Amino acid sequence: MPLSSTIYVLAIPLFMFLFLGLVGVKMPRKITGVIGVLGMAVTTVLAYAIAFTYFFGDGQGQMMDGVRQQIVTTDWTWLSFYADKLIVRLGVLLDPISAMMLVVISTVSFMVHLYSLGYMSDHDGNPEKGFQRYYADLALFTFSMLGLVVSTNIFQMFIFFEMVGVSSYLLIGFYYGQQPANHASKKAFIVTRLADLFFLIGILILSFYTETFDFKEMMGANGHDVCNAFTSAQGLTFMGCSVTGWALTFIFIGGAGKSAMYPLHIWLPDAMEGPTPVSALIHAATMVVAGVFLVARMFPLYVLEQGAMDIICVVGAFTAFYAAAVACTQSDIKRALAFSTISQIAFMMTSLAVSSAQGQLIGGHEAGLGYMASMFHLFTHAMFKALLFLCAGAIIHAVHSNENSKMHGLHKYMPITSIAFLIGCLAIAGIPPFAGFFSKDEILVACYEKGIGWGLWMSMVAGMTAFYMFRIYYLIFFWKKHEVHGEHAPKDQPWTMTVPLIVLALISCVAGFAPFGNLVTWDGAQLETHMNWPIAGASVGIALIGIGLATVMYWKENPLPDKLATMFRGLWTASYKRFYMDELYQFITHKIIFQGISKPIAWFDRTIIDGFFNLLGNVTNNASWGIRKMQSGNVQGYVSYYIIGAVLLAAVTGVVILCF
Amino acid sequence: MDLTLLMYLIPSLIMFGCGVYGFITRKNMIAMLISLELMLNSADINFVVFNRYLFPAQHEGMFFTLFAIAIAAAETAVAIAIIINVYRIAKNVDINKITKMKF
Repeated sequence: MPLSSTIYVLAIPLFMFLFLGLVGVKMPRKITGVIGVLGMAVTTVLAYAIAFTYFFGDGQGQMMDGVRQQIVTTDWTWLSFYADKLIVRLGVLLDPISAMMLVVISTVSFMVHLYSLGYMSDHDGNPEKGFQRYYADLALFTFSMLGLVVSTNIFQMFIFFEMVGVSSYLLIGFYYGQQPANHASKKAFIVTRLADLFFLIGILILSFYTETFDFKEMMGANGHDVCNAFTSAQGLTFMGCSVTGWALTFIFIGGAGKSAMYPLHIWLPDAMEGPTPVSALIHAATMVVAGVFLVARMFPLYVLEQGAMDIICVVGAFTAFYAAAVACTQSDIKRALAFSTISQIAFMMTSLAVSSAQGQLIGGHEAGLGYMASMFHLFTHAMFKALLFLCAGAIIHAVHSNENSKMHGLHKYMPITSIAFLIGCLAIAGIPPFAGFFSKDEILVACYEKGIGWGLWMSMVAGMTAFYMFRIYYLIFFWKKHEVHGEHAPKDQPWTMTVPLIVLALISCVAGFAPFGNLVTWDGAQLETHMNWPIAGASVGIALIGIGLATVMYWKENPLPDKLATMFRGLWTASYKRFYMDELYQFITHKIIFQGISKPIAWFDRTIIDGFFNLLGNVTNNASWGIRKMQSGNVQGYVSYYIIGAVLLAAVTGVVILCF
Repeated sequence: MDLTLLMYLIPSLIMFGCGVYGFITRKNMIAMLISLELMLNSADINFVVFNRYLFPAQHEGMFFTLFAIAIAAAETAVAIAIIINVYRIAKNVDINKITKMKF
């Protein structure tokens, strides 16, 4: 398979978007869904073939001296402003992480396309209103996300960053008739746009000093010595920090907005108002890792700027803990999963930030371990988190509620979903041999190498992860007997919804054995990984403690959770209310920004600016109203004015001529 | 006694002043038309005189005056037509009573 055909992986979803969006309305709903799924199936096969060729084929320059190369398969000049100085290109870049992301995105997207056939229909299998729009938007999202990962330069990435934001907005607000969905879509869009503003500023600063947008040149291609330019720009300071530090921090803020890092995480829990398969695809597996992907792409520059890395590290570690603490008390299963997603993405961010790239060996491991672990976790997390969300979707579809108080005891009714969910929970908790164990273990090893404090902190968060995931699991599937509401008891869903669950569950079982050290590293060289048994053992132990605690508290109905909640009432309420972050934002936006800044500005606009132009208008109006009496209709009056005017003009002219 | 330029210009100025005065003060439209002719003719005199005294070799002033007389005749006819029409509508030709030309 020639690598240059990567462009078709992008072209098919784009075509599907246009086709379903323009023509789909005229077609029966069911057909549009099937077409969407088939299109995605072709995309998936192509993406697999390309990733396989990239990793295991040869003869197309994939591998040179044992180092995987970055290959640009398509390259168009889109905008060329200023000779060679300012050129914006569009193209396709293949390297280990983009090839891996092609696989992740196409797999999850295909599963979600298939799953949505069932989810977006009622219990009799009739697709609901807006089915075509749904599939068109999914195709648009898939196209944008694929475009994002194969971007050859940071400007193209920014464009696709915006496009995934738009498609996320469209899909969160899919049920636009419902007020919460509207609010959530606006919130998501505004928060990520705010972050993207910083991203753009960062791009401008960075490209001003390095004189390139191109990722390959950032890695040192074309004799473009970015590192040199970068290092010399580090000498320039702004407010006590180097300009490059500012640029990279701003770019990270852009990524943090998309990846829901604290304190820009507030949009993600609300985004759960969208259809659940959308949450699985966009808000769990793919779009939210765009920020991690961005930092990974810019990694060669980030390693040169330790200050920016420290910021990422602190933000990541704090977010991981914060989100895990909130997830422990949420009663809405989708929200709990959303906070779990935030926590896991923070794991990836932290892992990237603790990584270094000097190439020396630290404690028996190579320094790029954190990078590899981060990408590995991204891969496995996408699979098991999509699985968990799709399970949640099946449950919600069956009981028509997001609240776990409406579920309980579903194990008997939905055994397939229950087992799939359990596999997802085991994977995220880090129990061998499921996928999460391997990736999380690598992350913890990288953290312990950075410092024992980071390692202990992340281990604690890993334990909390195990606890809250099993809390959710027990509250959905056990706790007490299910009370059947409505006519029929919940049951496992149709095959379109169970097949993706089974496939993703199988992937979650085996994905951990992927030899990621050989495949995905920051510089393309091979990375030796060893199982670090003490750390692995300890993390499994912590996970087991978390699971054990959850089992004691939530396996069978008992008064212990309520008792604990009463005992630590303040803490429990704070966690349930997400530590009042939304209230804080509400306070800042409404009380401080709206009252303190927007109102004075509005006053200035209405009184001073508008007042000035009203004044001009009023003066003209009043003056003409005053002199309108001169137009009396009396012709002789007009003649008199004319003569007076002529005489005056003659007099003035005469005076002027005489004087000068 | 030689006739000088000024001897022509002063009567012409008086004529013009009479015309202006008449145009402003007379209430009858016909009288106003006559005043208008006075002003026009004073201007014609100026053309001829300036031509005669300042550029005796040329004849543009003379011709222009002839031209203006012809135009004035046509214009008078138009003005009379207008006045007659005004009379038909307003039943008088008193300029003070005809004040439609306003905002």
